[in-house]
Amino acid sequence: MSAESHVVEHNAEHSFRQHHFIDAEQQFTTSKLGMWLFLATEILMFGGLFVGYGLMQSVYPEAWIAGHHHLDRIMGAINTVFLLCSSFTMVMAVHYASTSQKSKTVVNLLLTLGFAAGFLVIKYFEYSHKFHDGLLPGRYFAYHGGGPSQQAMFFGFYFAMTGLHGVHVLVGMGLIAWILLRTMKGEFSSAYYTPVDLVGLYWHLVDLIWIYLFPLLYLVN
Amino acid sequence: MSGHAHTPSARIYVVTLGALLFLTGITVGAAYINFGSSSINLIIAVLIATVKASLVAMIFMHLRHDPPVNAIIFISSLLFLGLFILFPMIDIGSRDKVVPYGLRMQNPPPAAAGQAPAPGAPAASGEHGAAPAASH
Repeated sequence: MSAESHVVEHNAEHSFRQHHFIDAEQQFTTSKLGMWLFLATEILMFGGLFVGYGLMQSVYPEAWIAGHHHLDRIMGAINTVFLLCSSFTMVMAVHYASTSQKSKTVVNLLLTLGFAAGFLVIKYFEYSHKFHDGLLPGRYFAYHGGGPSQQAMFFGFYFAMTGLHGVHVLVGMGLIAWILLRTMKGEFSSAYYTPVDLVGLYWHLVDLIWIYLFPLLYLVN
Repeated sequence: MSGHAHTPSARIYVVTLGALLFLTGITVGAAYINFGSSSINLIIAVLIATVKASLVAMIFMHLRHDPPVNAIIFISSLLFLGLFILFPMIDIGSRDKVVPYGLRMQNPPPAAAGQAPAPGAPAASGEHGAAPAASH
């Protein structure tokens, strides 16, 4: 890289590069490293629920099978497709942000928000159906259609896991709306799009967790 | 410039989405086939999910092109999660059937009461702290 282009780049960096980083590249990779550390803690937080799920499934397989019959596979599959598509539009938004294509970034962020909203709408219908039938966790379980009493525990895991995941979807939507506004203000370009990239990583993790939740909860067999 | 040279073309994302949707179809289809036992079905579903998760991590999350330290953090968290799952599984697989505390009152075997509380605890062992109980 020639000296004058380095000077130009240095001036362009001036607006976003913090003084304790050598250059924009180092600042970018450091931000990503921090995000990955955060994602590791997220995996371990959900991990506790997965461990409890695995233990109780091995103790009460019949309650798990009875419980999952109350879940709607079609709705679960549609939600899986929604989240996979939202991950795709998110990575396209990152791609366009990294190549300074503002309007395409905005479109893809809007599509991501749309898929996320669709996910929550379906989740709402599923939840209200469960509430109506009394398929509630623990001592609130009031279903009178028979089956093993430990279904109450299955629904404890169902609501804890999908609920925590749903909160992550809501937080992710807030973050996407935030970078959408910043994109529209023209704050990102190929020189600096770190927030878009990091929100993208968060959103893909939300997708990743659902990839496991869907077969474990809806497709127990 | 921030990983600009490494930014892959958009086509790979389209291909990845197609693969993910295809694998989702496989997962749903496999759930309707009985492979012998529900645990075999579960293992198959989790294996397919792991393939999908790897695609998301490698391509959508750019781990292919990142410095290896990010992948090391990610895989380490999965290894520790594996340990977290493994040891309780060994524990629960090597003992008699465990009745969770709150649910004990629904199936009241008097014999179970002898195992639970320490000597000196009152007989009403099912009452205190049974907040998550499924009692009626």
